[in-house]
Amino acid sequence: MTTQATSFTPPQENFLKRHANARRYGLIASVILGLMVITVLIGQASTSPTDIIASFIATTLTFATPLTLGALSGIYCERSGVVNIAIEGMMLAACFFGFIAAGWFKSQGLPDQTALWLGVGVSILTGLLLALLHGVLSIRFKVNQIISGTVINILAVGLTGYLNRQLFFQSGAAQLTSAGTLARVRIPILADIPLIGGIFDQQPLTYVGIILVFVTHFVLFKTVWGLRTRAVGEHPRAADTVGINVYKMRYANVLIGGIIAGVAGAFFTLQSVGAFEPLMTAGRGFIALAAMIFGNWSPFGAWAAALLFASAQAFQINLQFYSASIPPELDFLKKSQIVGMLPYILTIIAMTGIVGRTTPPAEDGIPYEK
Amino acid sequence: MADIALEVKEITKQFPGVLANDHVSLNLKKGEIHALLGENGAGKTTLMNMVYGLYNADSGQIFVDGKEVHIKDPTDAINLGIGMVHQHFMLIPVFTVAENIVLGNETVRGAQLDRKAAAARIRDLSKQYGLEIDPEALTGDLPVGVQQRVEIIKALYRHANILILDEPTAVLTPQEANDLFRIMRELTQRGVSIIFISHKLKEVLTIADRITVLRGGRVVGETTPAQSDEHSLASMMVGREVVLTVEKGAAKPGDVVLSVENLRVKDKRDHEAVAGVSFEVRAGEVLGIAGVQGNGQTELVEALTGLTHSLAGKVTLAGHDVTNAPPRRLVDIGLAHVPEDRHQYGMIGVYPIADNMILNTYHHAPFARGITMNNAAIEAYAKKLVAQFDVRTPSVYTKGSSLSGGNQQKMVVAREFSRPIKLLIASQPTRGLDVGSIEFIHKRIIEARDQGVAVLLVSAELDEVMSVSDRIAVMYRGKIVATVDAQTATREQLGLLMAGVTTEHAAA
Repeated sequence: MTTQATSFTPPQENFLKRHANARRYGLIASVILGLMVITVLIGQASTSPTDIIASFIATTLTFATPLTLGALSGIYCERSGVVNIAIEGMMLAACFFGFIAAGWFKSQGLPDQTALWLGVGVSILTGLLLALLHGVLSIRFKVNQIISGTVINILAVGLTGYLNRQLFFQSGAAQLTSAGTLARVRIPILADIPLIGGIFDQQPLTYVGIILVFVTHFVLFKTVWGLRTRAVGEHPRAADTVGINVYKMRYANVLIGGIIAGVAGAFFTLQSVGAFEPLMTAGRGFIALAAMIFGNWSPFGAWAAALLFASAQAFQINLQFYSASIPPELDFLKKSQIVGMLPYILTIIAMTGIVGRTTPPAEDGIPYEK
Repeated sequence: MADIALEVKEITKQFPGVLANDHVSLNLKKGEIHALLGENGAGKTTLMNMVYGLYNADSGQIFVDGKEVHIKDPTDAINLGIGMVHQHFMLIPVFTVAENIVLGNETVRGAQLDRKAAAARIRDLSKQYGLEIDPEALTGDLPVGVQQRVEIIKALYRHANILILDEPTAVLTPQEANDLFRIMRELTQRGVSIIFISHKLKEVLTIADRITVLRGGRVVGETTPAQSDEHSLASMMVGREVVLTVEKGAAKPGDVVLSVENLRVKDKRDHEAVAGVSFEVRAGEVLGIAGVQGNGQTELVEALTGLTHSLAGKVTLAGHDVTNAPPRRLVDIGLAHVPEDRHQYGMIGVYPIADNMILNTYHHAPFARGITMNNAAIEAYAKKLVAQFDVRTPSVYTKGSSLSGGNQQKMVVAREFSRPIKLLIASQPTRGLDVGSIEFIHKRIIEARDQGVAVLLVSAELDEVMSVSDRIAVMYRGKIVATVDAQTATREQLGLLMAGVTTEHAAA
């Protein structure tokens, strides 16, 4: 006689999971649309709705770039089982050293764009080195990963603040001329589509972020590397018993995460502003982390969440722009500090789990002991 | 010696404070099922972990097919054709069966994982060895018996011809275990040699061709099922004569102490784990709850002991309505609880034994004196209990966590049994314990029963439920499917009930 080999988990569980995902994506889409509609309603007095929508989309994509990249950085680390709250610090350090490097290359007589791209390289190197530190502390020495991440965050704040003062605000300090920002890349034909054409007329790191979303999805879910990465994050012992080197996999993924965090850092000084100021990343690394969690540790989910948070920023910018046309009964929208809270409030709401809880990799944050 | 698949010679392994393997030698013939029998901590798993490359031996040699080999890590073992099914499955619940099987030995098509080829090869293997499996199923959704099949195919996928099975039946129903034995025979006929680690005497006698008994890290004997019986094997395992059956008189049931009506409890994942359960336990009787792990027993016990809230239903303890009452109230009425997970609920590892002994009475005199503790009284009390319950420890101030599993459990039992109690809820009270400690704890449970305590015994070990209980209720998917008299119940009958086949079906 054979016992009936039925599933112990009711089949609705998978359904519920898919349902939760659908609900999350639905919520994100409706919030973005809602913010866009409000912007159109307020701004239509002075600008045509199509122009407003086009610029809203383009701005959202731009602001989403560091969040998307930061979240992808976190996904590589955490899918392999290493919690990385140091994304903020990696981004801050990367944006500082990338900026300095670009300025220095310019001073050596290199053309601006070349200097900027070399700066991006230095940003990546910075992210990589900090990730190596995080890896050594949390994988080799099994330090609590939250502590290790905090150490890196504090280190980045202190180091960039100190060097910034020493280099530029001391008497006789070096004069560094900014190399400006990375030039837009216009994709022919696609950029001429009305309304959404702006998507295809962006600065390069924005494209890099979007391409990496697809690449990461492919790597994680379609390749051997991804299968092993996820195995190491879910059940390292199981991976070990089939001959996978848990430590190597974790190191490699943390370093990949560092590289991507470096690109995210480069966004601030080499693509967005062209200047450095202390604490420039302003918590974007943590919002990226929230996007990763809200997106259920998946590239597309994280991207959607990043777009949500970015649309709140775009909303804020647009309101400032159209503040003259804000009707008097909505006067509070003129106060930038109130609307400025929106991305952070959305982050908190996303984190409460009201819109469906997400599940981290089972062994996320737990050092592997052989 | 061409017919020897695997041989270990004089293997020694030292862990801090324990000599886990002391010059262990044994060999495995081709196509043989060789049982490695021993109590927990005898060194069976350690030995096999060295063969599989998870540990490295301090000294000794390993031969595969007559050639000496050095196995540094699992990759070496896999390349030598050694596969191991661990006691705790090495499967990733969120992966599909195919993903789990190919992990580490993936085939690729271009840059991509070749899932089609993998699934085809798995279907081939599953047909060839009669191991039914769906490569696309999500592993975490499968019952443990099927997960075990996944583990076996995982080894075969890597061309294993030496298979190590570590306590494979611990999580199975008797029927599933029989199914596994059939598979094992099938495998040996196809030339696979199997090492079967177990501490269950009956199984070893059923399935093994040869038996090696380990005790305290040493080989104490080698025999065959024909030359031995349960008694001789148990004596070899423990090193002294043991009484395998629980000696007890007939129960004299008195008044109803615990009454449960239509209880419903949700588990942590929000499924209804207990789906309307009703039963009574009388003073002076043992009601056993049998069932495969994960059929709602844990949640039932948690609800009855105040560790979780129930959704609906009524619980009455000695005449008081205690539905969703806090643990303190239950303890004060007279509940004793020997929890399933003694580390999480039964003791505080960093506390000394003395403090662990008064965990639920510390607020009463003589242990409490106003707002201070009466350490002299606590020490005296702990010393008395340690002596009475034979807890082997250097002092009552030794940390609870540094005791062996059996002694920890004795400590918990000592605390719970040494109060005036009306109801004892014992959940897996002998899990992971050696034969000697099991004997001791069973005796104490029967003693409590004879003193008029109502006992609810929850256990996944069928032998335990059958020998200790007076009545047996079988749980399947959150419901009690039948309650039978322990005197007349048979293993086969209970096994079918545990698999959800009710008596009418079984008879038909």
